[in-house]
Amino acid sequence: MTDSKYFTTTKKGEIFELKAELNSDKKEKKKEAVKKVIASMTVGKDVSALFPDVVNCMQTDNLELKKLVYLYLMNYAKSQPDMAIMAVNTFVKDCEDPNPLIRALAVRTMGCIRVDKITEYLCEPLRKCLKDEDPYVRKTAAVCVAKLHDINAQLVEDQGFLDTLKDLISDSNPMVVANAVAALSEIAESHPNSNLLDLNPQTINKLLTALNECTEWGQIFILDCLANYTPRDDRESQSICERVTPRLSHANSAVVLSAVKVLMKFMEMLPKDLDYYGTLLKKLAPPLVTLLSAEPELQYVALRNINLIVQRRPEILKHEMKVFFVKYNDPIYVKLEKLDIMIRLASQANIAQVLAELKEYATEVDVDFVRKAVRAIGRCAIKVEQSAERCVSTLLDLIQTKVNYVVQEAIVVIKDIFRKYPNKYESVIATLCENLDSLDEPEARAAMIWIVGEYAERIDNADELLESFLEGFHDESTQVQLQLLTAIVKLFLKKPTETQELVQQVLSLATQDSDNPDLRDRGYIYWRLLSTDPVAAKEVVLAEKPLISEETDLIEPTLLEELICHIGTLASVYHKPPSAFVEGSRGVQHKRLPGSAGSGESVESPDVASAPGVSEAPPAVIPSQGDLLGDLLNLDLTPPTTTGPPPPSSGMQMGAMDLLGGGLDSLLGGDLGGSPAMGGGFGAAPAAMPASFTAPVSGGLDDLFDLGGGVGMPMGAYSPPKTVWLPAMKAKGLEISGTFARRSGVVQMEMTLTNKAMSVMTDFAIQFNRNSFGLAPAGPLQVLTPLSPNQSIEVTLPLNTVGPVMKMEPLNNLQVAVKNNIDVFYFSCQYPISMLFAEDGKMERQVFLATWKDIPNENESQFQIKDCHLNSDAASNKLQGSNIFTIAKRTVEGQDMLYQSMKLSNGIWLLAELRVQAGNPNYTVSLKCRAPEVSQCVFQSYEAVLKN
Amino acid sequence: MIHSLFLINQSGDIFLEKHWKSVIGRSVCDYFFEAKEKAVDPENVAPVLQTPHHYLISILRGKLFFLSVIQTEVPPLFVIEFLHRVADTFQDYFGDCSEGVIKDNLVTVYELLEEMLDNGFPLATESNVLKEMIRPPTILRSVVNTLTGGSNVGDTLPTGQLSNIPWRRAGVKYTNNEAYFDVIEEIDAILDKSGTTVCAEIQGVIEACVRLTGMPDLTLSFMNPRLLDDVSFHPCVRFKRWESERVLSFIPPDGNFTLMTYHVSSQNLVAIPVYVKQNISFFETGPCGRLDITIGPKQTMGKTVEGLMVTIHMPKAVLSANLTATQGNYSYDLATKVLVWDIGKLNPQKLPNLRGSLSMQAGVPRPEENPSLNIELKIQQLAISGLKVSRLDMYGEKYKPFKGVKYVTKAGKFQVRT
Repeated sequence: MTDSKYFTTTKKGEIFELKAELNSDKKEKKKEAVKKVIASMTVGKDVSALFPDVVNCMQTDNLELKKLVYLYLMNYAKSQPDMAIMAVNTFVKDCEDPNPLIRALAVRTMGCIRVDKITEYLCEPLRKCLKDEDPYVRKTAAVCVAKLHDINAQLVEDQGFLDTLKDLISDSNPMVVANAVAALSEIAESHPNSNLLDLNPQTINKLLTALNECTEWGQIFILDCLANYTPRDDRESQSICERVTPRLSHANSAVVLSAVKVLMKFMEMLPKDLDYYGTLLKKLAPPLVTLLSAEPELQYVALRNINLIVQRRPEILKHEMKVFFVKYNDPIYVKLEKLDIMIRLASQANIAQVLAELKEYATEVDVDFVRKAVRAIGRCAIKVEQSAERCVSTLLDLIQTKVNYVVQEAIVVIKDIFRKYPNKYESVIATLCENLDSLDEPEARAAMIWIVGEYAERIDNADELLESFLEGFHDESTQVQLQLLTAIVKLFLKKPTETQELVQQVLSLATQDSDNPDLRDRGYIYWRLLSTDPVAAKEVVLAEKPLISEETDLIEPTLLEELICHIGTLASVYHKPPSAFVEGSRGVQHKRLPGSAGSGESVESPDVASAPGVSEAPPAVIPSQGDLLGDLLNLDLTPPTTTGPPPPSSGMQMGAMDLLGGGLDSLLGGDLGGSPAMGGGFGAAPAAMPASFTAPVSGGLDDLFDLGGGVGMPMGAYSPPKTVWLPAMKAKGLEISGTFARRSGVVQMEMTLTNKAMSVMTDFAIQFNRNSFGLAPAGPLQVLTPLSPNQSIEVTLPLNTVGPVMKMEPLNNLQVAVKNNIDVFYFSCQYPISMLFAEDGKMERQVFLATWKDIPNENESQFQIKDCHLNSDAASNKLQGSNIFTIAKRTVEGQDMLYQSMKLSNGIWLLAELRVQAGNPNYTVSLKCRAPEVSQCVFQSYEAVLKN
Repeated sequence: MIHSLFLINQSGDIFLEKHWKSVIGRSVCDYFFEAKEKAVDPENVAPVLQTPHHYLISILRGKLFFLSVIQTEVPPLFVIEFLHRVADTFQDYFGDCSEGVIKDNLVTVYELLEEMLDNGFPLATESNVLKEMIRPPTILRSVVNTLTGGSNVGDTLPTGQLSNIPWRRAGVKYTNNEAYFDVIEEIDAILDKSGTTVCAEIQGVIEACVRLTGMPDLTLSFMNPRLLDDVSFHPCVRFKRWESERVLSFIPPDGNFTLMTYHVSSQNLVAIPVYVKQNISFFETGPCGRLDITIGPKQTMGKTVEGLMVTIHMPKAVLSANLTATQGNYSYDLATKVLVWDIGKLNPQKLPNLRGSLSMQAGVPRPEENPSLNIELKIQQLAISGLKVSRLDMYGEKYKPFKGVKYVTKAGKFQVRT
């Protein structure tokens, strides 16, 4: 007798027949009918039409029939909400049943009926069940709170169920505790700030006790919850670790991995010289190894996590290389992960073994795997210097196999090896060149072209080789086209005499015949460079390249720390922070590893430890004023509302303007004749330039030559050179250097953002703290494209002076917060006060005289400017560029007296007398101002302007 | 938590679905089918897939995919472990875990799934507990139920659900009290061309079958417990006793269960029971190749090697094999390119040999890859690690049980590279 009989149908139609049977008087027939209905439901047939008939069967003593009806209800109540109300009475009655099984079943099922109207009726029975004498009912009720929260969060809060749930953490029954923790964790996920799981030493103790006695699933919930706790000190940390370690021997791999998470996190707090620390490290390896003997699906998740663990603590598994060796019948997803970990564990000690394995894998059947194995050999060469030679010879052996995709992968990795160890293995180039014809993948072709271009001087027929690629230029992928262009330019710079024709050909192909803007732009840059300044071209194109290192494939440290806190979760499988991809996790909190006990300060104050981003910032950056700190921390990081339309000049336009203002000419006009040897070879290039070429050059293309960056132009206002404001070390890899400038009456902050981390940075925003002159960003920070690792970007941020004012010390101090996808960073910088000198700062002579007399003498201050060799006119001109206007000049006894005025953006006038004596390099400045505090800054500006 | 479960057969039909929260449409499985299409072989489908709104976590058991749909962050191992537990439960209830059997027992399956998970939280996954709530189908019971109108569903609360020993039901009674333990060891090893061990380890497991009346408290001790590198226990085992005395002390579940699994990876302890001399070569010229395999005993500790079988995944270009076996039979499956040589018992006096020629597809270049040999074998009455149970004591009950320990060694993933 099997259930397949439920699917036999008759002519009359299934539904009709079932209806009749459901309404039968015979109990047995009824039950059979409900079974048929359920059977249809499980395979996805729509039997919702039978709703009233099935619900009628609910009032029964037969538990099986009751359960079956409940199953049906859960599935269809949503589609028939009005009908579902009919069932409520039975539920409420069942919640009072003497049999705990029925009470629990009723409360469980009710929670599964996702109909708003029913939830109201659910509250009272649920409240009773949460306090039921039978723990089975309580534990079922705990989960029901989570269900109800999912349907109507407000109701749960209003009814106080959350507090009851919290009380259940102290329940005497471990199963109830585990379920309460699970329910709270689920609710907390949609409630990031609710602090539902208020973990303190007492609750932790309760959880640890329950941990030993509850089911395996409960242990997972409790361990995951424990992982969120930050112990007060290393002693507490150790005692938790000690109580968690037995879980490493659990048969359920999820329990093991959750325990590993807790240990990995709390271990951070243990002093490294502690004996227990070493013991713990040793205890972690065997369970991780054992996870790899489980089913392949479990292996996969374990491997993804081990990948993180070996990056954080390579010492744990350093002797376990062999367990990662690949078996030929492992599923491909396991093979690829194992390979990755093998490379991470590769060291001088085991490299021979690893290489032998990799060579073996390179002859496997699966193409993806073979490719990755070949790449792995290259990564080993880069990681373990001593093995480089062996790796290269292994790669050469593989190239000899002539298997197409093996050869291509090998060439790609050899290119990287060349970049890591320049001038060491170039002898193999000849072998590589033999395989030129077999390369059909863009990446391999590009790599080969790169090699030919880079070593053009050692390859006799480099020009022929490159020319052969040039024939099908238009059919190549962009990657190859770009590489070919660069390679031929390199070749030309190395062997200018023979390759003129070739370079012209490629330049015209790239600039004239291509639709690809990247290619065209690069072509134009080269062309322009070559035609105007071959020396510069050589410096740019043949510049020394930074060595590559294996670090590039490591996960960026801050992300790694966060992922270690998420071991065992989806985040750890995807190696992405949970905030990046978990849907519905509103405002996931970034988790951090706790600080080590050795570092001292985090131990005493858990508050600080939980926000290391703040505690690590230098004290100079954040002043002690309470409200100010709040201001900086409560950043919303949107530009102030005072700026409606975007600023008139974006960074790009500004750069272009500077260049047109003469910067380009001065740059290019420099030493054109500097290289007569090259010059000869060059005359031809500009002459051959198509007519159309000149037009775009003077147009929009100029912005490509934005080489001058923000370095001040002689004509404009003085702008100091860029200094590093925010070192990369303090900002998780983001380096900011910058300066201030005043251009066309607009104060600007000119910054270079450099990404020295290993992950892409996005979502930049900036905000200032209140400052003396109300400086504020006039628009958002314009970083439109994500900043890739090792990339820099120039940003110009226009400022206005309508922000909130607060006096700073020193006066020109500015505190800045910059946010990106990683964190918020704070730094402070000082702007030259001359930035704030307005264009209309020229005072009438009469007014000047009167004001000078009016300001009391105690407001006058005098400064000396030493070693200045300008005459008074030159000085006057220079100062005028920075809006310091000379109103009158008097010569007394060979001494020039310049009377000058300037006006600050906030309307404060400054009057000055500059005394310049011919032949004396020391100037004297007397300043008079109603607000004498500014004098010091103004004096600094004087000095800076005059000396630059 | 686990939102929904779909059972999918090899041809890609969803034949069962269960939702623990709201109903999620079947179309969510399309992402999985796409991945399955791409992976070609079903075993190569990645177990965790990301879709725009959900995560799909799947396992492959036998020929069935168990696919679960996840909406919030949940430990993937938790889900995978649970899915395997579901499959184990089906196996336990119906003796098999196949599409046919599940379809025949749809309602029981549905009741089981409902009992195992509540709102995505595991509820009852211990087979002892489940069997008290939902009785496994037997022919006798269904006949009786039909006659008496009885039911398959227990109406009392399973005692195990709440006690501190959730794995054991109360009131167990047997006329014959017996406790049997099988120590099963599998050797995972890779040997290279020359027969040198590249890596080797032993995965051991102690399967127990305990049918004892009342609440027995058992203690199992070993002669040489320090051999074990890593152990994982059934929840019933008291970890403290193991830590301090290296004995297994436990109140057993009723019936069959896995008491512990262990791992021996210190290479010098892993004996390799057989050696393989092999030569598989493909000629540069002419569409043919040669195969010659001989197997002999190595470290068998004086026991007989049985159930010897060699499996080779041949390169695609191999069309047929013309071989002679001195012992056993061989077969070559053209479609899957798998050569199987079933040898049986290994006779140390007359070593089994398989040799002959392979014919290749003409005009195809010589295969680059070297096929690996997969070896299966079995040695009765031997735990290759040398692990030995010294005694089993029972406390808490007065009767004298029958006790027995059996050892067996098998090849796990035992591969020889060529």
